[in-house]
Formats: sequence, C-alpha cells, structure tokens
Amino acid sequence: MGEVRLMKGNEVLAEAAIRCGCDGYFGYPITPQSEVMETLMARQPWNETGMVVLQAESEVASINMVYGAAGSGKKVMTSSSSPGVSLMAEGISYIAGAELPCLLVNVQRGGPGLGTIQPSQADYFQSVKGGGHGDYKLIVLAPSSVQEMNDFVNLGFELAFKYRNPAMILADGAIGQMMEKVELADFKPRRTNEEIEAECGDWATLGKPKSRKKNIVTSLEMDSDIMEANNLRFQEKYKKLEEEEVRYEAIQCDDADFVLVAFGTSSRVCQKAVEIARAKGLKVGLLRPITLYPFPKKIIKELARKAQGFLSVEMSAGQMVEDIKLSVYEAGSNARVDYFGRMGGIIPSPNEVVEALEDKFSWELSYGVKRSY
Amino acid sequence: MDINEIIKPENLVYDKSAVLNDDVMHYCPGCTHGVVHKIMAELIEEMGLQEKTVGIAPVGCAVFAYNYIDIDWQEAAHGRAPAVATGVARLHPDNFVFTYQGDGDLASIGTAEIMHACNRGENILVIFINNGIYGMTGGQMAPTTLEGMVTSTTPNGRNVDLNGYPMKITNLIAQLPGTSYVTRQAAHTANAARKLKRSLKKAIQNVLDKKGTSFVEVVSTCNSGWKMTPVAANNWMTENMLPYYPLGDMKDSEKGEHSEN
Ligand SMILES: Cc1ncc(C[n+]2csc(CCOP(=O)(O)OP(=O)(O)O)c2C)c(N)n1
Ligand code: SF4
Ligand SMILES: [Mg+2]
Repeated sequence: MGEVRLMKGNEVLAEAAIRCGCDGYFGYPITPQSEVMETLMARQPWNETGMVVLQAESEVASINMVYGAAGSGKKVMTSSSSPGVSLMAEGISYIAGAELPCLLVNVQRGGPGLGTIQPSQADYFQSVKGGGHGDYKLIVLAPSSVQEMNDFVNLGFELAFKYRNPAMILADGAIGQMMEKVELADFKPRRTNEEIEAECGDWATLGKPKSRKKNIVTSLEMDSDIMEANNLRFQEKYKKLEEEEVRYEAIQCDDADFVLVAFGTSSRVCQKAVEIARAKGLKVGLLRPITLYPFPKKIIKELARKAQGFLSVEMSAGQMVEDIKLSVYEAGSNARVDYFGRMGGIIPSPNEVVEALEDKFSWELSYGVKRSY
Repeated sequence: MDINEIIKPENLVYDKSAVLNDDVMHYCPGCTHGVVHKIMAELIEEMGLQEKTVGIAPVGCAVFAYNYIDIDWQEAAHGRAPAVATGVARLHPDNFVFTYQGDGDLASIGTAEIMHACNRGENILVIFINNGIYGMTGGQMAPTTLEGMVTSTTPNGRNVDLNGYPMKITNLIAQLPGTSYVTRQAAHTANAARKLKRSLKKAIQNVLDKKGTSFVEVVSTCNSGWKMTPVAANNWMTENMLPYYPLGDMKDSEKGEHSEN
C-alpha cells in the first residue's frame, strides 16, 4: 500500500506529477485550479527531482511552452480551467498536429465567458470533439474522485507517449477542490537523457548529431497529398484509440431497464440516485465513462439491446447526450435517450435525478413495456 | 592565375557553410532572410554548435527556415516562438536555442510572449527581422510600417491617427533587465552583413555564457511586399527605414542591469 493522505484534488495533481517523473509544468493562475501550481511552487520539486515549474504570462504562453518542451522529448504538462483552456485551443491544435505527447488538465468551471468559478461539465464538447481548429482528438480522461486525479496523471502521460498525442484530464471544480483520502503513487525517477534519446530520438529536437537527419517539429505541410496522408495517419491513430483504450465503469447495469450515464462529479450523484431508485424497485444502473474520448460506444450499444432508456446526467445543457444517442442509433436500438442536468455551477441532487428519470420515462414506467427493436 | 589554379582547394577563399543545405530557398531574390540564414549557418558551424542548437521558426516568410539550416527545429504558432523557446531552453539548458521572427510575428501578435521571455531573461537568442511589412500574407501593414508607407491595408499610406505609430519594439526590449545584449543591425551591404555577423556571434556567446536574452534586430527589406527591385528596396531602406530605426547597440551589459536609453 502506498502512502495514504487526505488531500485536495488539485494538490494531488501536483503531487502525482512529481511522483511520476514529470519533467516540467507551465501554468497560469485561474480558479478553481490555482492550487496545482501553488502546490508545486511550495514543494519545489526542482530540488528533489529536477522538475521545472514555471509561471507563464498567460495560458497562450504556457501551452506553447508545453509545445516546446514536449517537442524536445520531455514529459510536461499544464493545467487550467475553462476560459484558460479556450485560450490554449490554438496551441493544443498545434500540439496535436505536430503529434507531441503531453498532459493537459481542465478543472472546469461554468461558462460561457467568464461565467462562474463553480463546477461545471460544459467543456465536454470542447474536450472530446477537438476544441481547436482542424481534425484532431485529445485522449480525454474523466476522474470522479481525488484518487483518480492521482491515478490519471500517470495514465495520461502513458497514453500520451504511447500514441504521441496530447491527453487531457477533464475534471471539474468540485473534484479539484474537494478533499478525500488518496493513496499516492510511489516515486518514479525522471527519464535520463539516454532514455529520452532512445524513446524520442527519431522526432524530438534534442540537438542534431552527425549521425541522423535533422528533426523538425511542425504541423505545417504545403503538399496536399502529404497533408492528407498525415490526416489519415491521425485518423488511424484515433481509430486505434477507439478500439484499444476505452475505459468505463458499469454499476448495476446487468439487469438495468434504465441506465444513467454520467462522468466526474455527476456520476457520484448518480451512484446515490441508483440506490434510491433501486430502493423504489426500479431497475436502474449507472454507466460511468472514464475515457470521454474514446467514448465507450460498445458497452452502450450492448446495454441498448436490453435497456428501455438512457438518461445522460450532466452539469451542462446536454452535450454527452449526443454521443449516447449516436451509439444507441448505431446499435439500431429504439431505446430512448434523454438528458437531465443543471448549470451555472449547480450540482444536481440524487433525488432530482430520480425524479427526472421518473418524469422523462413515465411512459415506459407506466406500461412497463420493453420496446421492440 | 588560370582557372584550374584558382579552384584548387588550397586557394579557396570562401565556401558555403555545410550547415546551410542545398535546397532551393523559397525567398524572393533580394530578400534579407536569405542573408541572415547564411550568417547563422556559418556561425553555427564556426562555433561548433550544430549538435546543440535548436531553432524556433516563426509564422511568416521564415516559416520554412527549418528547410535550410541543418539543425533540429520547431515550428511555432504565430508569435509564440519565445514561449516555445522557453519550453525548450528550460528543459534543455545545455542546448543553444534561438528564435527567428518577423515584425508581425514578434511586434504584433507575439508582443506578450517576446516581452515576457526577455523579461525573464531566458537564455535564448532572438533574431528579429524588421522589414516593415507582413511579407508572407502579401504585404499588409505591420506594427513597424513607417508613417505614410503604402501597404495593401494602408493603400493611402500609414495614417498614425488611424493606425498608431511605427513601433520601436527593440528600444522597449532594451529596457528589460532580463536582456544583456540588444542591438539593431542590417544586412544590405557587405559591410553591414559583416557587422551583423559580429553582433550575432557575440549574442550567441552571451547565450552560451548564460547571460540572459540576447536580441538582434535586423532592419530588412521585403522587395516583393514593397513592390520594388532589390536595389531600389535597399536604397529605400537606407533613406527611410534607417533614419527611424538607427543602427547600433542599445545595450551591452550583464543580465539584471537596466538600460538608460
Ligand atoms: C493566428 C494567425 N493569424 C494570422 C496568420 C496569418 N499570417 C501568416 S504570416 C503573417 C504575418 C507575417 O509577417 P512577419 O511576421 O512580418 O513576417 P515576414 O513574412 O514579413 O517575414 C500572418 C498575419 C497566422 N498564420 N496565424
Ligand atoms: S515576400 Fe518579402 S519577406 Fe517574404 S520572401 Fe519575399 S521579399 Fe522576403
Ligand atoms: Mg515582416
């Protein structure tokens, strides 16, 4: 058993970064995630592991520092919250286009605009559909506990390097701010220069020895045929992600007539909602996507064969519900898909969720009919 | 001396640097970019830096600098080269990192990044190609465009009431204590090119000696954007650009010192 502590989600991000051998962090303060950089600055990891921590002049700068450092083979990250991530969109697109591995964290707050500093999940579309310009995808991990804030730092880096693609932890203000018991990972040393050379030497800008051609980190290509080939290569990579890296948790879904689908903070609310509904005799389960991209389509398709309805519970106006609808449609099922959520920084209550379920699926509940398909 | 005598290796007086490859440059004939590339390639070779140099290319006509100089490169988003260079230099302090940026890139969209990188005293060299125009996008006004100068977005000449004043950003940079060496040079004559090379050499040495940021502006021509022949562009630059952007060192000191100018 590793070291167990009571910590805030944001603090854990910092601690996990140091412990997993992260080489650098670049950030700019924004609520509700400023504790990430504050924790790092207080911990002074440069004395301990040699990790570089730098406060940038803006999120535009921090994401481009990440680009530079990741382009030179290092394991680097940034964190921000919604408005800051919008500002990073250009840089994230360049990082995806240049196929650089790095870790991004969005501790979401409500929008649009300056919005609210309270938690939200309204950056779902921005995170899973790309966010910046061009055809690209991020690997998006949705933690629902402080423990997962810890675990996904290492997982995010592993996936980022495995696929040479930016990975994002999509958290929200509640997970960032709340304190929970967490089992910390053991310390892993930073990679040596030799290890970096071995792993990234054929693309990273480490300085050109006589023995190899120059490495160029770029997203630019003027030849349309080559550019299309690059795009096709990216699509192949995303297809592989969809086939091999889907992660989810299914709770009491085996016999479920109705499936709540929720991630992050709203999934915790839904866990309680499942208990309440089950106590009322309703066969309700919870599907919690852990990877929002790649989205757990396959399990939804399987569940759609039996379930009468899916309720997407989100702290947004209903974004993930579209991906659930697509999956159910692809399954050829006529299970109904609906949405319930709150906005403005309000976390829905478990009772609200059960009421919404009873209300939106009142037809199915009154007639108890398992619809044909 | 007959021709065979002249071309004997021992009689060689000049050779193209091996760090500059043989690709056909996309720059317009007469463009300053080519001269500056050549000088940088020579210095990287002469100072034995090829294996530790990382160049950061801008968005602008020099976006393809990475095609010509035989070192590792990163291509940055428009204006962000100083932030990208910061990421490389902080994580690889033993490498020599330089950015190569135009006036639109550095003095317009990238003003925040250049100011803060210089203010932090990042150990990098910044090469600033001031041609008073956006060359790559077809000759629009740059922050450095002179008053009255005609561009595609100032067809009646730059009007300071509408567009503000031509920006002397290098003078601002010299105020920042993070910089150690700040100079404005040109490359329009053999003599100017020689001086530029001396300046760049000193700037590179400063970076190697960890003296903070060195910043070398090169007052340049964009004959295509200016719609002039290369010779006319050189003359126009001498008559109009140099009085407003006078050449010379603005700061030559240790990191942490403030400049008086
Ligand atoms: C975000 C963004 N905005 C605009 C552009 C279009 N653009 C490309 S190059 C350029 C101006 C380049 O001018 P300068 O930096 O002076 O370089 P030069 O071509 O004159 O050497 C612009 C506006 C872009 N590529 N990216
Ligand atoms: S457009 Fe201007 S800056 Fe660009 S290559 Fe031609 S002369 Fe040089
Ligand atoms: Mg220009």
